[in-house]
Amino acid sequence: MLNLSLKELGALLAARKISSAELTRAFLDRIEALNPALNAFITVAPEKSLEQARRADERRAAGDATPLTGIPIAHKDIFCTKGWLTTCGSKMLANFVAPYDAHVIERCADAGLVSLGKTNMDEFAMGSSNETSHFGPVKNPWDPAAVPGGSSGGSAAAVAARLAPAATGTDTGGSIRQPAALCGISGIKPTYGAVSRYGMIAFASSLDQGGPMAKSAEDLALLLNAMVGFDERDSTSLRRPPEDYARDLEAPLAGLTIGLPREYFAEGLSEDVARAVEDALAQYRRLGAKTVEVSLPNTRLSIAAYYVLAPAEASSNLSRYDGVRYGYRAPEYKDLADMYGRTRADGFGPEVKRRIMIGTYVLSHGYYDAYYLKAQKLRRLIARDFAEAFAQCDLIMGPTSPTVAFNQGEKSSDPVQMYLSDVYTIAVNLAGLPGMSIPVGFGREGRPVGLQIVGNYFSEAKMLNCAHQFQRATDWHGRMPSGIPGI
Amino acid sequence: MQWEIVVGLEVHAQLSTQSKIFSGAATAFGAAPNVQACEVDIALPGVLPVLNRGAVERAVKFGLAVGARINRRSVFARKNYFYPDLPKGYQISQFELPIVEGGEVAIEVEGSARTIRLVRAHLEEDAGKSLHEDFHGMTGIDLNRAGTPLLEIVSEPDMRGSHEAVAYAKALHALVRYLEICDGNMQEGSFRCDANVSVRRIGAPLGTRCEIKNLNSFRFLERAIEFEARRQIGILEEGGSIAQETRLYDSVKDETRSMRSKEEAHDYRYFPDPDLLPMTLDEAFIEAIRGGLPELPQAKRARFVADYGLSAYDAGVLTASRELADYFEAVVRGVPNEPKVCANWVMGDLSAALNKDDLDIARARIPASELARLIGRIQDGTVSGKIAKEVFEAMWSTGKDADALIEERGLKQISDVAALEAIVDEIMAANPGQVEQYRAGKDKLFGFFVGQAMKATKGQANPAQLNDIVRRKLTA
Amino acid sequence: MSLSNTDVKRIAQLARIAVSEPEVGEYLRQLEGIFGLIEEMQGVDTEGLSPMSHALDESLRMREDTVTARDQRDLFQTLAPQVEAGLYLVPKVIE
Repeated sequence: MLNLSLKELGALLAARKISSAELTRAFLDRIEALNPALNAFITVAPEKSLEQARRADERRAAGDATPLTGIPIAHKDIFCTKGWLTTCGSKMLANFVAPYDAHVIERCADAGLVSLGKTNMDEFAMGSSNETSHFGPVKNPWDPAAVPGGSSGGSAAAVAARLAPAATGTDTGGSIRQPAALCGISGIKPTYGAVSRYGMIAFASSLDQGGPMAKSAEDLALLLNAMVGFDERDSTSLRRPPEDYARDLEAPLAGLTIGLPREYFAEGLSEDVARAVEDALAQYRRLGAKTVEVSLPNTRLSIAAYYVLAPAEASSNLSRYDGVRYGYRAPEYKDLADMYGRTRADGFGPEVKRRIMIGTYVLSHGYYDAYYLKAQKLRRLIARDFAEAFAQCDLIMGPTSPTVAFNQGEKSSDPVQMYLSDVYTIAVNLAGLPGMSIPVGFGREGRPVGLQIVGNYFSEAKMLNCAHQFQRATDWHGRMPSGIPGI
Repeated sequence: MQWEIVVGLEVHAQLSTQSKIFSGAATAFGAAPNVQACEVDIALPGVLPVLNRGAVERAVKFGLAVGARINRRSVFARKNYFYPDLPKGYQISQFELPIVEGGEVAIEVEGSARTIRLVRAHLEEDAGKSLHEDFHGMTGIDLNRAGTPLLEIVSEPDMRGSHEAVAYAKALHALVRYLEICDGNMQEGSFRCDANVSVRRIGAPLGTRCEIKNLNSFRFLERAIEFEARRQIGILEEGGSIAQETRLYDSVKDETRSMRSKEEAHDYRYFPDPDLLPMTLDEAFIEAIRGGLPELPQAKRARFVADYGLSAYDAGVLTASRELADYFEAVVRGVPNEPKVCANWVMGDLSAALNKDDLDIARARIPASELARLIGRIQDGTVSGKIAKEVFEAMWSTGKDADALIEERGLKQISDVAALEAIVDEIMAANPGQVEQYRAGKDKLFGFFVGQAMKATKGQANPAQLNDIVRRKLTA
Repeated sequence: MSLSNTDVKRIAQLARIAVSEPEVGEYLRQLEGIFGLIEEMQGVDTEGLSPMSHALDESLRMREDTVTARDQRDLFQTLAPQVEAGLYLVPKVIE
């Protein structure tokens, strides 16, 4: 039961073969048993989850159920959840019980989804390994020596270890796709503006986007249906007619043109990942797609642009954590300046402070044009590169990450090496395009490899179709980590 | 060598919206601390700003009224600094592309007209308030004001001295109230001035300026500029130089002093707010606002001179506020052939009564229609001008209408010729010596007879008729 | 570009993050590494490109001027480190 798809779970619930309370209880038991080793969750509140499950059962009894009603999922601890601890992986918010619900949380609740708890993450979503969390690193279910990726590492590990059928995540530079790839699950970051950012704790506002993480593309489509929607409280939320992201899942791929960016298959890509990705592309050709080479010439430079723009926005977004109205305040200080300095020095971890420092510097007097403005122009160039590539193909594919999951501690002392591991995912956020990752095999030491699929704006349904057709023909997405007790 | 004082003003006008510029919290003044600070205003994690159309409309209205350029595309930026009353650690403001650029405001100082050019007017959010009363040596933060929409109106350094600065500030104050975009309440901080003051020898380039904050009355504005100019001149005359800095005006000591907290190098790290897309305004939006613009003070003044035959001075006084002008025009509607008399009543007795009770025109105890009726009663001879003043006082204090009071108190003028003649005959008979002297050429005694007759009628004699009768009888 | 200890201290001060002397050196080393990566963009010709602030080319939506928030002060202030009489308390602010 714990390995079923959302559609299958929905069918069981609809047929009253199981109640939401029973289903939720089963996942909570598994979390209780396995989370201590994985550390995928920061907060679990069984009584709250079960209460939601009971309400979902009542709703079904009242004939008011949606296809997702009663299914439990996990939420990244970046989403404000009323009455729940919402920490964003930081000591700064270690005591923060959100007084309101994020739009994503509201949408999920409206669909009748039950929350299993709040998942671990890199502090303020800044990291690619989940090692920057104040609540300790998350273990990769495929290999506890490996990182799960980040920043949505807790969500990815929870789904991979079947502690949750699915989870929410957020992606600023790859934070859904990279952990999905490293944990062997599927994840999609929709077009910027599709999912409201209201209540999603900001890292870099012009890049942040929420999205689902699950075992399959089909599950992602169902969750996206719940998560996407116009929200008047987010000025960047798009007002578009609702769409069914599952509508094209079964469409054949014949005639599809897949663009392969030359730069994604060049130096820096490890051989094991390259092999798995090539195999996946061969599978796509067998499904009727053709591949063409395209170019995204500024791929490498997207890292530089990103590490100017994201920290700049973050340095400002994180100024509100000052120990005045909520969150951590240093226990001792001699005056106001000292209170600010100590609160922020103790409340933020090293990676967050580094990024605040970078962002403060690039915006400071005399450096703005050379860094911030330059990076914004580069961002324009990167968006244009994609537009040109999409003139030649329907979708772009390549590796999600240059390597399989690296080891815990391997890159944590070298920020530059860590940043370079985001090379294939970052540009997608800069352009605001939708991107996803699906599992396509295994590399070194049996660690999963992810294939990244990038679509043009609002082409999520096509991307999901493409991923689903692959998953119908293969079973990589059904594999489970062997080190984890079975179902 | 003479010194010239150069002043530029930055005025923060709180816009009169119901809700805040980026949140749905109320803007009403005087609520209990923090009850009007919603999740957006206190900057909870995850909250986002959404722009209030009402604030934009008011800014455009202002821009149109001062003949400025309305930027079809403008951008909200973040001004980053830490302060406990600034919950996000940044203020959302406009930096590179403000909504309004250019424009000008006409002022008049000692009879001569000047034009003050505007640099820009931009939208931004207000900060909260720090309360320094003693909370065990701590400061209390009230965020009710945080997020109130402000229009920051920046002038060129076009003013020469405190009088021009005050005249400009008053003109701007009247304008925003005319436009009904700001209530102009300076005590409540709805209209706040910062002055940039420098001095120079006449003809020399601009000197180093100091910015003076906390000028919440026209009086303080005037005094602060005067103090600051003296301070700067004193330094320069002793061979010193002026440090560019922010200074605070202390109204108790009547001096400006350096603000230590602002001494630290400013580096606001402005950048476009990623939460807010560029604001674009279409022609229809702007034209709709243009269509709803009221008559502006200058135009109204000119019209009062042309249509009512008022002096420029009287027209200026009566158009100082839209409410006063409206009141005056309502009085004129009641007695259309006597605008000058109406103006005298409004500027004289009515203004004096308002001043005495410390009321503004909106709370005048006599409605314009009643004042008009009273003036009408002078015209139709029911009461004399002198009695009318008495009636006015009674109307003001009792709230009763003019006719009722005239009736009730028997103040109706005596216009009965026979009755008046009888009274005059009686007085002449009782004062034969005075009659003799008058007839011998002592003209001044004319007033004596009129006075006696008025006394006998308790002031109710129709003065014109009485004069006629006295003259006729004395010369007979 | 080269950063100095003074730059690091200035940035930390602007960002209101207390740093100790040994930390200054550590930050300097890390930031120099990161700026090494960032400097790569200086080689790109971006002449004539307009800066891109937002992912989508849309214009700002406005809301109607109506009060929609209700008073939640008591709930919000349960989260605050120090409050009194409805006010958030901070160490004395000197103007």
